[in-house]
Amino acid sequence: MENQTRKKVMEIRNLSITFRTAVGPVHAIRGVDLDMHRGETVAIVGESGSGKSVTMKAAMGIMDKNGQVDSGTIFYTYLSDDKTEKTVDILQMKKKELRRHINGKRIAMIFQDPMTSLDPTMMIGRQIIEGMLWHKRATRKAAWGKAVKLLEEAGIDDAEKRMKNYPHQLSGGMRQRVVIAIALACDPDLLICDEPTTALDVTIQAKILELIQRIQKERNICVIYITHDLGVVAKIADYVNVMYAGRIIEKGTVDEIFFDPRHPYTWGLLSAMPDMDMSNERLFAIPGSPPNLLHDIQGDAFAPRNPFALNIDKRLEPPMFRISKTHFAATWLLDPRAPKVEMPEILKNRIQAMREGEIGHG
Amino acid sequence: MKSFIFKRILISVFTLLAITLLLFLLLQLMPGSPFNDEKLNDDQRAVLNTKYGLDQPLPVQFCKYVLNLVKGDFGVSYNISKNTPISQLVQSRIPASVKVGGMAVSLGALTGLLLGIVAALKRGTFWDSLSTVISVLGVSVPSYVFALALSYFVGFKLNLLPMLYNMKEPFASIILPSIALSMFTMASIARFTRNEMLEVLGSEYMLLAESKGISGAPLILRHALRNALIPIVTVLAPLIVDLITGSLVVEKIFSIPGIGSLLVTAIQSNDYNVVIALSFIYSALYIAIMLVVDILYGLIDPRIRLSKEGGAPGRPGFITRWARVLRPKRKAV
Amino acid sequence: MSEKTEFFPDDFERIAGEPDAVVDSGFTSDSYWRDVRRRFITNRGAVIALVFIILIVFFAAFGPVMNQYSYKDQNLSQKNFAPRIPLLEKLGIFNGDEALKTTMGVKNINGYRDKNLPDVYYWFGSDTLGRDIWTRVWEGARISLGIAVVSALINMTLGLCFGLISGYFGGLTDSIMQRFAEINNGIPRLVIVTLLLLVFRPGFVTIVLALVITDWISMSRIARAEMLKLKEQEFVLASRTLGANHRTIIFREVLPNIIGQVFTQLMFSIPTAIFMEAFLSFVGLGIPVPQCSLGSLINDAFNSFTTHPYQIIPPILVLALLMLCFNILADGLREAFDPKLKEM
Repeated sequence: MENQTRKKVMEIRNLSITFRTAVGPVHAIRGVDLDMHRGETVAIVGESGSGKSVTMKAAMGIMDKNGQVDSGTIFYTYLSDDKTEKTVDILQMKKKELRRHINGKRIAMIFQDPMTSLDPTMMIGRQIIEGMLWHKRATRKAAWGKAVKLLEEAGIDDAEKRMKNYPHQLSGGMRQRVVIAIALACDPDLLICDEPTTALDVTIQAKILELIQRIQKERNICVIYITHDLGVVAKIADYVNVMYAGRIIEKGTVDEIFFDPRHPYTWGLLSAMPDMDMSNERLFAIPGSPPNLLHDIQGDAFAPRNPFALNIDKRLEPPMFRISKTHFAATWLLDPRAPKVEMPEILKNRIQAMREGEIGHG
Repeated sequence: MKSFIFKRILISVFTLLAITLLLFLLLQLMPGSPFNDEKLNDDQRAVLNTKYGLDQPLPVQFCKYVLNLVKGDFGVSYNISKNTPISQLVQSRIPASVKVGGMAVSLGALTGLLLGIVAALKRGTFWDSLSTVISVLGVSVPSYVFALALSYFVGFKLNLLPMLYNMKEPFASIILPSIALSMFTMASIARFTRNEMLEVLGSEYMLLAESKGISGAPLILRHALRNALIPIVTVLAPLIVDLITGSLVVEKIFSIPGIGSLLVTAIQSNDYNVVIALSFIYSALYIAIMLVVDILYGLIDPRIRLSKEGGAPGRPGFITRWARVLRPKRKAV
Repeated sequence: MSEKTEFFPDDFERIAGEPDAVVDSGFTSDSYWRDVRRRFITNRGAVIALVFIILIVFFAAFGPVMNQYSYKDQNLSQKNFAPRIPLLEKLGIFNGDEALKTTMGVKNINGYRDKNLPDVYYWFGSDTLGRDIWTRVWEGARISLGIAVVSALINMTLGLCFGLISGYFGGLTDSIMQRFAEINNGIPRLVIVTLLLLVFRPGFVTIVLALVITDWISMSRIARAEMLKLKEQEFVLASRTLGANHRTIIFREVLPNIIGQVFTQLMFSIPTAIFMEAFLSFVGLGIPVPQCSLGSLINDAFNSFTTHPYQIIPPILVLALLMLCFNILADGLREAFDPKLKEM
């Protein structure tokens, strides 16, 4: 049913990225496939260093200078200025073209730390209108008016006065609202949020999340949400991609991932999620730490930490096994020859409890 | 901001007063009172002492001393040019020093900035290495080595420019001294600018600006340079002061009739009165530069301008600036 | 998985036992000091600088006794001889020849030949009083280095104590100490040094004193900043809870943790001191004659540097080399102690 209505905005295929560092090349991204559709919220989940931010920075064309794309394509489909639909490979575009036609204008990004992501020497008003003027979306006066409206929309009181403030005069939550206003200034159709609430207080986190969600609904745009917080994912995402060591190891709808996880790493993540309702349970932690991507990885990157590892995991990297039309996971456990492995008891109970809660709420 | 300026002025005045007291006491300690002439007997000396107020208690004398300084009266020179008022001596020396010093500051600051910016933008290329080599050399090799080398090779061997200062070629003859004097300033500013620029270029707000689509010159001018230049203002003060120290040597080497060479002559001929007077002038100049730079910094950085306290967190302190000139936070990679 | 993949019969069996213990190679490393040494050694510039410093120190120690001259013996009949070095003279360089520019044109003179002294060698030449420049340069380097090292060490001790105490006790103590430092810093060091040397007679001790008065502040600044950072950390709090007294906390708990920065700062203050000393000598406030330092040698040779440039080159070269090498070495040390600086 989706295929008719879902409109693809971005399609990442087989993306591999290497960083040159002082100690040697780091294979940060090792073959990532990702799809984004209009009007949907896609979450990318993983531990720090799993490559979630790098992937999206590559899609924005703002990768660090020592990063290098080894292979892959990032196709982006947009309505060009003359109202025709255009598809481009972002990785093939010149930096200048990218800045001119894509960045800010069509794809915008919200960064993790609002304390450092605003220019300290520029009034916030100017920072908001800068993009609009640059992309010739509005005259100075119109841009100013729109910026005030955006600030109001983002939940800032006294917006007209705030326009003339400098970042240091605002609190962290306010600054993040400003960053959101900057991102929305040119009406992008793809909004990348890189852990936008991690640096904020819990109470403000919820408000910012609501704001992003509301904007997404109102404008019917695609929001990509990078996070390590599964609680946030459950709340806002339509589709979830779980990343580990530079690969996507499980992807599916939010229901599939939360109620029917198949990859042992996803099991671990879900078990490790702190949960108010189950305070008497021991908090679970995945043993060990992610592999060092300086070294080549043989077989399944997760095998050394996987209590259910098979012999083949040491030798061969598992392919994506299809579970449903939308649900895929990369683990040999899904091979028909593999022994049947049940998810840990603790997680089963949890999912059971969640389902009941869902029904109760719904 | 107002209270910040007020506080800074207060501290400056206090420091200057402390220095004046120190100078005054030293003057009392110096061997050789002005009336040590053997031809005078005790009575005559007493008369002279009364006439010049030297019999009054020290605090009174000190107040008079300060009053005289305010009026621009530094006393007379004993040895260099007997009984000439020091203010007159100094006045005749100011133009040459200001010319060379001003030229060196502008030359050093401009080339330093340019080198630093180019090095940061073209990081890891030939320009970057060139800038690094120049700045390491400039920071580590004393200015008089440059002065001597320039004077010998360009002035003496090649005979391109005058070796010594002369009135007939007012411009040509200050080129070499200005270059020699500006080396340290240039090197420090180049190094500091590069590090500051690299830090700014790697900052989140530059990433945000890029993600807005801003690129090219507007990106560099509006976002990067603006932020990188603010801290550079703070290192200008200590650099100008170092330049003053350097001017002593450079003026001597090129025989420039400036304040620096006057001080050297005064030291060498034990003319205490002149040394003390020049010390006062140097201190006042130094304190004034520090003050101006601090206020300037406050004015151009909104973080300070708009805060009531006048000091933003992370604003480099008075003393750290010295350290930052010589030891930038990050080094070439 | 388009290619044919070969499967083994046991492929789909669970790995026996617990999962491998994961040794986190990203974070395992050798001890801190071995790391520092490794990082330092891989920094080519710093190692070369160190080698040069060792060479200069070696010559400063043994250079003066390598020939029969002493630093104060004058021989007015053998003044202004150009450098002459055995063996090299056969190649036509360093053979005592000197081109003098006079009003009548360029004249070639050779003191050794003109005075018929075939067995006399001044490796770096002789100065206007007929003293051996080789001996005097190394003697001068010895004194310059001595002044620099001694004053840097005193600076370190003084600045360290001041900064650590100021940072540790905080509050009013800190305020008073910081105002004191600020006013001290408000006086140009040129003035302090000049006045001090006018009141006292210039000499080794007074020069060291002058350098100490002006240069301890940067060390105290670093020490204070580090103390402020470290004193809130768990290990310090723990030892305070256990009843350790102030001295133990300051010198046993905090000091060892900032030794890297202190050492780097020490290395940076040596060239500053060398430069300051040379500067003082050059304006006439240096070591009294017949002793010499690099600065006073440059000052002496300056008067005749257009006629006899060889007299000024050795001291200038040694001075510039020392300052350059110490700066590069200190830079290398800083990176070795704090690799974060380089990763950025």
